Formats: sequence, structure tokens, C-alpha cells
Amino acid sequence: MQYQSQSVAKLYFIAAIGLFVGQILFGLIIGLQYLMGDFMFPEIPFNVARMTHTNLLIVWLLFGFMGAAYYLVPEEAERELESPLLAKLMFWIFLVAGALTVLGYLLVPYSGLAQMTANSLMPTMGREFLEQPTITKIGIVVVALAFLYNIGMTILKGRKTVVNLVLLIGLAGLAVLFLFAFYNPANVVLDKFFWWWVVHLWVEGVWELILGSILAFVLIKTTGVDREVIEKWLYVIIAMTLITGIIGTGHHYYWIGTPEYWQWWGSIFSAMEPIPFFMMTVFAFNMVNKRRRNHPNKAAVLWALGTATMAFLGAGVWGFLHTLSPVNFYTHGTQITAAHGHMAFYGAYVMIVLTIISYAMPILRGRQAANSNRSQVLEMWSFWLMTVSIVFITLFLTAAGILQVYLQRFSDTAMPFMVVQDKIALFYWLRELTGVIFLIGLVVYIASFFVGNDEPEASVEPTAE
Amino acid sequence: MNSRQPDRRYPPGDLAIWIFILAELSVFAIFFAAYAFTRMNNVELFNEFQQSLDPTSAMLNTIALITSSYFVVRALAAIREDNREGCESWLWAACAMGGVFLAIKSAEYAHHFGMGINLSTNTFYMFYISLTFFHFMHVILGMVILAAVAVKTRQGAYSADEHTGVETGGSYWHMVDLVWLILFPLVYVMR
Repeated sequence: MQYQSQSVAKLYFIAAIGLFVGQILFGLIIGLQYLMGDFMFPEIPFNVARMTHTNLLIVWLLFGFMGAAYYLVPEEAERELESPLLAKLMFWIFLVAGALTVLGYLLVPYSGLAQMTANSLMPTMGREFLEQPTITKIGIVVVALAFLYNIGMTILKGRKTVVNLVLLIGLAGLAVLFLFAFYNPANVVLDKFFWWWVVHLWVEGVWELILGSILAFVLIKTTGVDREVIEKWLYVIIAMTLITGIIGTGHHYYWIGTPEYWQWWGSIFSAMEPIPFFMMTVFAFNMVNKRRRNHPNKAAVLWALGTATMAFLGAGVWGFLHTLSPVNFYTHGTQITAAHGHMAFYGAYVMIVLTIISYAMPILRGRQAANSNRSQVLEMWSFWLMTVSIVFITLFLTAAGILQVYLQRFSDTAMPFMVVQDKIALFYWLRELTGVIFLIGLVVYIASFFVGNDEPEASVEPTAE
Repeated sequence: MNSRQPDRRYPPGDLAIWIFILAELSVFAIFFAAYAFTRMNNVELFNEFQQSLDPTSAMLNTIALITSSYFVVRALAAIREDNREGCESWLWAACAMGGVFLAIKSAEYAHHFGMGINLSTNTFYMFYISLTFFHFMHVILGMVILAAVAVKTRQGAYSADEHTGVETGGSYWHMVDLVWLILFPLVYVMR
């Protein structure tokens, strides 16, 4: 660790992994509820468990992004963090607010939570992914502002690198777009229209900048390739991301009551969204092939390459599958969407956070550059267990989705929703079993932090092979 | 202008810009294909409303862009002879022709929008406005790039030996020009 203040990242990373476990447990609960509708009812009904599953995901990724920023910004800016104290304070505020919100979801009926938190004063609740009580949303804004101040000042006063600037633009965009969570017009078309400004412009816009900059940082560090080369790639990737992603929002505007031209705009621009992801894949493999040295942290390099590959498959290919409006006419809101959602979130954002954790955590825990071989081997096992699991979850859901589209919407003798759900139950069982394997992968991942700590660091000598 | 360097690299400029150009051209290609297929099913509608466009303005704009590309070629020739002042002047001249393009196109938009035409008027106008506006934004981006290269030229960043940046910016600008050369006949002329 080059700068003392980078150590605040550790808190964020630990919280992220903890919440990740929670997310997966709730994922298993809803997976089972698909098959046994009254499982855990009335304590944790499906809508609450699903909300907890998705909200935990978003919150732990945000913890991961903040941790990543606190780790890499000082190193790039070549100075200590503006205020490590503020970073620690915000960590606890965010964690406590997040925990209270989740407890609110689980212990109080949702309408009761809305009443308790005086939602009627400024109604923002009740919309998918933005279910948080208004007071929590305000808390998120406060934390985001303090965070942006902290890393913004560090960047402005220090060395300005492309990695830092792209990260800052991504994080600032994340904060600004979140403000649309407070805009809740009565007109349901407008409501959906701007709701996507948070949801789509996060994951298919500014988050990609965050992803790109973290990936670039890890590749600079692990491959020793010239910063100029990597920065150039980063520029091209983010330019393509923004050109395709911003108007690509239109692929959510097909059926919500917006003008017809969105069918064209949405289809054409979003069809191009895989391009920046493909560039990212080419970029990552190219840089690793051109590496000037072998980094002892092989696990981190594996995660980086995994991110580049899985983001392209999950976000790019699986997104393209149902992005054209004539296709989406049939697939909208089916298990195809769920398939895409799982692989895209895992491939792009879960994996990039695990990449930076894999790179930074050994250093934060006092290693020179990498964990022991034993720990890394276990971590790589967890990589394969989780990644292969998510591939299969995606394939099973895709199969379920194709069947669902056919039986429920395409066939001349279309069947009702619930009848079709029964017919595709086999795939839900397979998905649930694969989910258990994913959980095992996650346990192995956590175990990798606890084994081999008394063994020497992995080295790059050929004998280490 | 006649100096030839036998060991000139191919493609000229930075490889990254070519990847970017390829990606940009793919977006336009899909847009053009969508236009062509939609026109096939709505020939009468397209022919009827194509009449409302002003081919003279578009022709002037074509000349403006081709001229600007010529100026970029002159800029590159100048820097190859270590003539920084000449290079910078030609680049600004190219930018100015881009400005002419924007002015004429804005007048066309003002005319159509003044008549109450928008993206929802009909499919032809949807394509006309979308395609030309997407290209319009590229002209602006191209001008920003050319201006950046011009400023760097003044600061002495380029010479006869090292002028990759001029080639890079020029390559992008030629792409913007080339796209218009397809867009112009496709949307304004072809019946």
C-alpha cells in the first residue's frame, strides 16, 4: 500500500462481501418461491424477498465501487485521500442506513414502512429497484456527495490521470442520475420514462465508465503495459459506451406509451451497445498478452479477464438477444430478461468489484503484492464455481424464457401465465440447484481469505507454476 | 506537398481511432440499412416527403464538407513539410467549413421545425431528422477534434517526423465527410 489512507477501502470491501452473501441467500429464497409459492410465507413474501435480493445487490456494488475509488484514487493521484475520517464516517452511516432499510423491508409490511417514513410528504417509494424509503434516498445522496467531495478533492489536488478522471465522471454521473429517483410524476408514462434514467443510465451508462476505469487500473498494475496505451483504449471504450448507451435507453421505451420513433432509436443504438463490451474483451486480453511482467497475483488477472469476457457475454450478447423491438415485443418481461439480468450484473459489475478486491485486498492486508499460492488456488476455484454457475443459471433461464415466450405468447394456442409457469418448472429447479453451487462458490471465495495466510507470498518464478 | 515518405505507416494515425471509426460506421450502416428497408415498404410516402427537402442546401453542404476534407489534406501536407503555421491555418479553415455546414443545416431544421414537423410526423421525417441530426452531432465532434489538433499544432506538438495526431484527427474528419456523402444521395436525392 503506497498511501496510508487507502486502507479505508478495506472496510468497504468487507461490507460489500457481507452484503453479497445476503443477496445470494435471498436469491435462493426467491428461486425456491418460484417453485413453492408459500415458502416462508407470510414472514418473507416473494415481493419482499425479491426487493431485498435486488437492493442488496445494488448496495453492495456501491460499497464495492466506493471501496475501489478509495483504493485507486490516492494511488493514481499520488497523494493521501482528502479525508480518511469522512470516508470512515460515511461508511458507517451508509452501512447503518442500509441495514435499517433492509430490516424495514423484512420486519414491517411495505405500506407500513411507507407510513413510518412519511412517504406521503415526498412520495418516492413503490418503484422497482427504487423501493427505499425517501429518507434512505436522501441518506444515499448525502453519502454520495460526501464521497464525491472526498475523492474529487483528492483528484483535483493530485496527479490527474485518465483512470481517475473517467472514474470521477462515472461516479459523479451515478450521483446526478440518482436524483431522478426523487422525480415521481403522476403520469405513469413520464414516471417510467425518467425511472429508466436512473436504472438504465446507471448500468448501461455511467457504471460502465466506473467498470472501464477500474479494469484499466488493474491492468496497468498487473501487466506493466504503458499507461498511454491503456488510457487510449479507455477513451475509445467510454466514447462508444456513451454514444450507444445514452440513446440506447430507448430500448426500454417500446411499450410504455412513448412516441414510435423510440422503436427505431432504441433498436439501432442499443444493438450497438455490445461494441464497447467487445472492445473491453479485446482490450483486456491484448494487454495481458502484451504484458511486460508476470504479476504474482494470478487470481486478480483471472478476475480481470473474466470480467471482460463475462461482461461481453452477459451484457452484450444476452442483451442483444432481446433488444430489437420486434423481438422484444415477444420477450418483454419474460425469463429472457431475468437471464440477461443475472449474467450482465455478475459479468460486468460483480466481477469488476471482485477484481479490484482480489487485486487490492492482499495489499491492504499487508502482503507485498499477492496472497499465498494456496489462498489464490482457492480463490480461483471460487471464480470458476461462481462463473460456471452463473453461466448455467443464465442458460436455464434462457431455456425457460424461450419456452415461456412460445407457450404464452407465440403459439397459436397461447396458454395463461400460471399454466406456463408450471410447464417450465423443471428449469426453475435446475436454476435453484445451480444457485446452491453458486453459494458454495461464494463460501469458497470467503474461505480463500482465511487460508494460507501464514504461508509465503506467491512468486513469479517459474517454480511457482 | 509532393514530399513522399516511403515508410509511411498504414493505417495513418492512431489505431484506436480506426477502431472507433469502424464502430461509428457500423452504427451508421445499420441506420442506413433500416432506412433502405423501411423505404422499400413505404416508397410513395418517402418519395412524397423527400420533395419537401431542399437539395440545394444539401448540395452546398456537400461542397462544404468536401472542401473541408481538402483543407485537412492540405494541413497534413503542411505538417509533413514542418510547416506548423500552415497546418494550423488549414485546420482552422476546415473547422470553418464545418461551421458553414452547421449553419446551413440549422437553417434547414429551422424551416422544417417551423412547419411543425417533428420525429412523430411520419416515418420519413423520423429517419430524416434522426439520421441528419446524428450526423450533425458528428460534425460538431469532428470540429472539436480538429480544433484540439489545431491548438496542439500551435503549441508545437507536431512536426514533419511526428504528426500522428494530425492524421488521427484527419481520419475522423474524413469519416464524417464520407458518411455525409452516403447520407446526401440516400435521403435527399434517390427516388
